Amino acid sequence: MITYLLLMFEFAKTGLFAVGGGLATLPFLREMAMNYPWFTMSDLLDMIAISESTPGPIGVNMATFAGFNAAGALGGIIATLSLVFPSIIVVVIIASFMDRFHKSLIIQRGFYLLRAATAGLIAGAIFEVVLLSLFDVSAYTATKELVTLVRWPALLMFIVLGYLIRRFPKVHPIAFIVGSAALGILLKL
Amino acid sequence: MPITLDLAWTFFKMGLFTFGGGYAMLPLLQREVVDNKGWATEEQLLDYYAIGQSTPGIIAVNTASFVGYFQAGIIGAIAATLGLVLPSIIIILLVASILRQYMDLAVLQHAFAGVRVAVSALVTASVYRLGKAGIVDSFSLVWTIITFVCIAFLNISPLWIVLASFVLGNIIQSVRTKAS
Repeated sequence: MITYLLLMFEFAKTGLFAVGGGLATLPFLREMAMNYPWFTMSDLLDMIAISESTPGPIGVNMATFAGFNAAGALGGIIATLSLVFPSIIVVVIIASFMDRFHKSLIIQRGFYLLRAATAGLIAGAIFEVVLLSLFDVSAYTATKELVTLVRWPALLMFIVLGYLIRRFPKVHPIAFIVGSAALGILLKL
Repeated sequence: MPITLDLAWTFFKMGLFTFGGGYAMLPLLQREVVDNKGWATEEQLLDYYAIGQSTPGIIAVNTASFVGYFQAGIIGAIAATLGLVLPSIIIILLVASILRQYMDLAVLQHAFAGVRVAVSALVTASVYRLGKAGIVDSFSLVWTIITFVCIAFLNISPLWIVLASFVLGNIIQSVRTKAS
């Protein structure tokens, strides 16, 4: 019961303060991973992958997934509804003075640094998990050899993928995800 | 069909047939909401999108709420939003419970190790794009770095950073306006 209430609170908070679309919920999910035993940081990457490869908005999918990991099917439903609840309220309030809101100086000025923060927030949220997927600290501490610190196939894949994603921006992320899953199986990553 | 059901059903289809949300949903929204249903004009829809981006929450959810609200008030907003998220709930719950059963399989472990690298690269690319759009001068660059450090190393709640960004942006921009 207490988990449901906590989920409600955490996802309503996320819905109210995550500005800038689906990935903007990541820093909030990371905070949950640290504060609660619901899911781990590396679960987060799997959740992003599945949320990108299944229908529906990424932010909504991640909320359902996180809620499910925390407290089963009901947890998934509660997390999702709590995430969208603030949106409905905010939209209903704003709808009555929409034009003024859009042009208001306070909003425009606020977004000067909010836009900058979005990049920093998401980068901060994924920094550790990205490092963990490319480097193997436990292997290094066991062998004390620097060469074992790097997961070479993963690092190589990361660089090639990064190039391909920049080179072909029109290709849907699913293609990269499915391709990498196949590579992962082939290379026994 | 009553308008609330129509809203819920239309956005249910939208949730079911878009991958990725946000801008991926725009072409479908244009066809269904503007062309087929006439619930909004092209300009109105783009306005909803723009405002949906500058209001808290998922952009697609905000847009659904806007369209629903202008058709049938608060009930309309709720119907459109619930319709939109229902496919996500069903599909993710299915996928997640199946994965939970088979996650120990070696094949899946390897697949997900590969997938994690892809997601790392994809999100890094998104961060790069967002950074290019958001970093417009030296101060916004400094602020991006500060927010990164706050999250990655100091574990400060993103809530405070969002609020601080909003307030500080207002202070700096009004000082700049006065100065010039």
